[in-house]
This record gives sequence, C-alpha cells and structure tokens, in this order.
Amino acid sequence: MNAPTSRPAGRPNDYTAYPDAEGRFGDYGGRFVPETLMPLVHELDAAYRAAKADPAFQAELAGYLKHYVGRPSPLYFAERLSAHLGRARVYFKREELNHTGAHKINNCMGQILLAMRMGKTRIIAETGAGQHGVATATVCARFGLPCVIYMGEVDVERQKPNVFRMNLLGAEVRPVASGSATLKDAMNEALRDWVTNVHDTYYLIGSAAGPHPYPEMVRDFQCVIGREARAQILEAEGRLPDALVACVGGGSNAIGLFHPFLNDEGVRLFGVEAAGEGLDARHAAAINGGRPGVLHGNKTYLLQDAEGQITEAHSISAGLDYPGIGPEHSWLHDVGRATYLTATDAETLEAFQLCAELEGIIPALESAHALARLPEICREVGPDGIVVLNLSGRGDKDVATVAQALGRRI
Amino acid sequence: MRSRIEARFADLKREGRAGFVPYIMAGDPDAGTALAILKGLPGVGADLIELGFPFSDPMAEGPPIQRAAQRALKAGMTLSGVLELARRFREGDRATPLILMGYMNLILHRGIAAFARDVAEAGVDGVIVVDCPPEEAGELADALDGADVSLIRLATPTSDDARLQVVARRTSGFVYYVSVAGVTGVKEADATAVAPMVERVRRASDLPVAVGFGIKTPERAAAIARVADAVVVGSALVDEVADAAEMNEDVTGRVLLKAESLAKAVRSARIGQTTV
Ligand SMILES: Cc1ncc(COP(=O)(O)O)c(C=O)c1O
Repeated sequence: MNAPTSRPAGRPNDYTAYPDAEGRFGDYGGRFVPETLMPLVHELDAAYRAAKADPAFQAELAGYLKHYVGRPSPLYFAERLSAHLGRARVYFKREELNHTGAHKINNCMGQILLAMRMGKTRIIAETGAGQHGVATATVCARFGLPCVIYMGEVDVERQKPNVFRMNLLGAEVRPVASGSATLKDAMNEALRDWVTNVHDTYYLIGSAAGPHPYPEMVRDFQCVIGREARAQILEAEGRLPDALVACVGGGSNAIGLFHPFLNDEGVRLFGVEAAGEGLDARHAAAINGGRPGVLHGNKTYLLQDAEGQITEAHSISAGLDYPGIGPEHSWLHDVGRATYLTATDAETLEAFQLCAELEGIIPALESAHALARLPEICREVGPDGIVVLNLSGRGDKDVATVAQALGRRI
Repeated sequence: MRSRIEARFADLKREGRAGFVPYIMAGDPDAGTALAILKGLPGVGADLIELGFPFSDPMAEGPPIQRAAQRALKAGMTLSGVLELARRFREGDRATPLILMGYMNLILHRGIAAFARDVAEAGVDGVIVVDCPPEEAGELADALDGADVSLIRLATPTSDDARLQVVARRTSGFVYYVSVAGVTGVKEADATAVAPMVERVRRASDLPVAVGFGIKTPERAAAIARVADAVVVGSALVDEVADAAEMNEDVTGRVLLKAESLAKAVRSARIGQTTV
C-alpha cells in the first residue's frame, strides 16, 4: 500500500483509529488510576465494547435520544449573525435545544444504559456548571437510580439554579471544599467515592476525559452531534463546511462535533479554550497555557506550576473551569489536525450578548467562547465559507453571572 | 548486591516478626520538622519508612493525607526538597529502607530518567506511584531497574488471581497490599478479611507482603502484624502532626511517641505465636 506522502510527519492515515488498545491517542490518554480501580476500568472497557457492538443497545439508545432527548437537534443558519460578521455562512448546531439544555445528556443517556446493563445500582458524577449534574440527575430519575453529584463549593454558589434542579430531580449534591473547590476537585472527590464503593457504583464522567475508556466512550456518545451535522450541512449546502468551531472544557462537545469530520482534511477544526482574565493572568486554557502531565487518570495538557503541581483554573464559565483537557484534543493539537484558540471572559460576555440580540438565542457562557472567535474564523474561511458552530448549551443558567459581570442587578 | 529492602525483610524473618512501616508526608508541617521526625523514626522502632511527596490532587488520599499534602505544599515543599530530606536522612542511617510514595505527575514533570537517577542518588530504596498501574509503568520500571530502585506495586481487595499475576510481574522489594477498597485513613482494615488476601498475594509473588490503609490503632496494627510481613500506618501519624501543630505542641515528640506505641504493638504481636 502506498503511504500518502502529503501528510506532515506524525499525522496518521486514519484519525478515527484512535485510541489504541491501551487507550492512547499518540502519547496521551491511558489509565493512570489507583490499582483498586484497575479491575473496574477493565470491566467497564469490556462492557462498553460489548454494548457498542450490540445492535439492541444502539437501537435502545437511539430511541431514547429521539423521544426523550429530542434529537436530531436542528442545524440552523444564523443569518443575522453571519451578515453581521461578513459573508461567510455560520450555522449553529442547536445542542441547547436538547432536553436539559445542553449536549451533556447525549453522553448521560449512553452511559446510564451501559450502567444498567452492567448491573450497577448507584450513580455518581462530577459537575462544574451543573449541566452534566443536571443531565445525570435527569437520566437517574428517568431510570430510577440513586444519584450523588459532586460539585465544588464555588460552583454550588455560582450555579444555584442548577443545584436546585438537581435536587428536584432527586439527586444528592455534595459540595466539595478541598483544593480550589471547583470542577477538578469535584472530580477528585468522585474518584475517591468510586474507589470506596467499587461494587455497586458507576462513575458517570461528564466529559471526554478521565481514564480509558471514558475519553473514547464519551466521544462516541457525543458523536451523534457530528454525524447529524454532517448529514444536515450536506443537505443544506451540498458540501462539507470549511470549518467547525466548539468550546473546549474537557472537550466532549468539541470532539463530538469534530470526530465524524476528522478524516475530511479540508474541514478545519477550531477548539476554543477559556482564557479567563488573559493567558498571562488566571485562565483555563490547558493547551495554550499548560504542559503535558497526568491528572484524573489520563496524560494530557494540564495547567501546572514550575514544580508540577496542578494550578487552579479560572473562567467566567464554570463548565470550562478545569485545568485539563481530554487527551484526544491534546493529540489533535500535537499532530496539527485541530487548532486551539482562546477567548477571554470579556470577549465571551460580548459574544454572549451579540448572539442574544441578533439571533434570539441566549447561549451558555461555555458556548459563547466559541462564538467569540467567529470573526477570525469567518475571515479565515473567506466570503463563501461555511462554518458550523456547536451551540453546546443554553444560557438560562448563566443570566445571574452575566448580570453581575455587567454590573446590573436582577 | 542485596538491597536494603531485601536485607531488612531477611532480618525480620530471622526475628520472626512483622516490620513496622510508618508513613509521613515530606515537609509536613515544614521541612525541618519532617527531617527531625524522619531521623527519629528508626530509634522508636521503624523498620522501613514511607515518605510521601506532596501533590496538589492526591486522588487516592482521604482527608488526613490530603491535608498533610496541603500543609507541606504551603510550607514550600517540592520534589527536590523531598530528595534533599531523603539525602539528609540517608547520611545518618545506612540501614533503614526509605520508600517514596506519591503521584505520577511530579515524576513526569521531572522526567522519568532524571527521577530514577535522582532518587537513587538520594539513597531512596523504593518508589510507590499511586496512580501508575502496571499498564502505565513500563518506562518507569525500566528506569528504576537501571538505578537499582524498587518499583513497589499495590495489590487490593479488587485484585483477582489473574490481576495479582499482572501486579506481581516486575514488582520488586515487597508487595503493598491495600487492605481496604477506599482512600487512605477512612475505612478500618479488618484482619480476618486481610489474612486470606495476604495468602493469595503470597501465592502470586515470592516477595514479602506489607499491609496498609486503614490501620490506625496499636491493636489493629498488632492484628495485621500476625498475618502480614509488615504493617504500614500513615493517616494516624499524619493526624498527630496536625493535632500537635494546631495545639502548638512538640510535633516531633508527639509523632515519635505515637510511632513508638505502634511499633511496640507490631513487634510484640507474634510473641507466643508459634507459626505465622
Ligand atoms: C453548555 C456547555 N458547553 C460546554 C461545556 C464544556 O464541556 P465539554 O468541553 O466537555 O463540552 C459544558 C460543561 O459543563 C457545558 O455545560
């Protein structure tokens, strides 16, 4: 077979062939967990592989995604925003219209069906913005499983409506005071719970991070976004888009959109990290401001100090306030397939308002990071370019934060 | 050449008793006090010593060791500082094996080859990396082998016989049996549940078996000492540091007193017992 010669060194022939059997995307990923969890991680891997190959499982999942989540989500031509930005055509993949208001439920539905298939009777999860916590509490309510959500104290404070939603759904929200009391600490605490309750508990991780097989599994469950978007843009425009753009916290909405396009090298991929107060100040941009290391079960880009201690992330958006990023993104960055940009809190606030005013859609602050980089991306793709942006969530949960940031009282 | 760890376990076997292995956090509550504790431990009955190196996100640790790591980091402890503590300890003690215990990120940050060279040079005998299972340990195991430092692996209540084979492969020094499924310092280890697991570990490996996690009192330590080759106590000692520091008492004195009572319990546990 002829190897293609046009690819830069290190670029694979088939981007979708990863991770390998050890859970590696190039040098990233893996299973860096305490020995107590290793048998569970292997068990999960085997169970996931069996489910993935089982048409009955896939059919059941598809049924719930259609009738409960409300899929497919529309691909919407954002006409006024496009006109405002120039002549490129910007489409929104409307994940904010899903049940519970974000992409998170795609993954939760897949994992809860897997957990039940494995005979697990108790669900735990971590949450930052509360979106993944709400989505987890939702599927637990739907299937009648008890649910504990770990959430940093800081996030409990800034995402109060979501805490109450989780409570309404029957979940127990456990505030986490250790460390920076945000998402990374919630994840530490969830891992500690899992290692303590190994027999009955299923850890439902909310992003494409954590030990193998989570990054792969969460990606697979989120790929419904990209598969739909691919078919929808072909129908709408008769061709593939020039660029995709999504915000990146752990990276699940971004990889879900990107993955079905990875081998279409003409489609440029842009992830947007949270630059917080700026890359030289407090931020949450793991790729743009971090170095490879090991945290929460995988090797990936991480914010760390000169001694290798993990540093606290900062973003106005609780869902991006995480010092790491999913390992597949680290790899896509290193091999040059995807480009990782950043947006500051201030840029995000502007984009948030612009989207609300021009399109009548209040985006999640997370998604507003992707919106903030549209001007540059539209310029890149040129006048006849097509851009698909993942509108990963709606912003109702963020109105209090935004009001405060804008100095308004509500 | 026989390692310090092998020599120490051979001594213990000859004496017909289990070893006492205190765990302390390097730099807790500060570097000077930690060194004084370290130097004092062999004198009060420590047979081996585990020295934690502090990490910001210790995922397998319960509140006592989490807080100890925070105290140490706040006091400025670094991995280089930990190696310096080890070196200073080794200057005055050529016999007591010293085992470093911590998390992978700091090792990667230093570089695996540099880490192996530096720990060997500091007189460290073994390393336990909590979040580095055999599947991820290839490069580290090679580097430590090359430096004659043992990579000590963990067996746990979730390890079945097939898994124990994986764990035992390339382990050296001893096997650390984590006696409870959980984080450090929360659940209590139950000697009757531990005994058959230690037997299973022994079937998978010829190495001595140390048991730790969840052993807080002299009574519990003695019970474990009847079934294992060594008993590790961590959170109980680390809590002593916290209490003494909070009450402005002599931290070193209190920790060593606690260690002494635990050591006595371990050392006398098998007296009157004919077989192990
Ligand atoms: C709406 C929304 N978008 C994005 C994210 C970030 O997560 P990920 O990068 O995994 O998509 C979150 C996380 O809470 C979210 O709520």
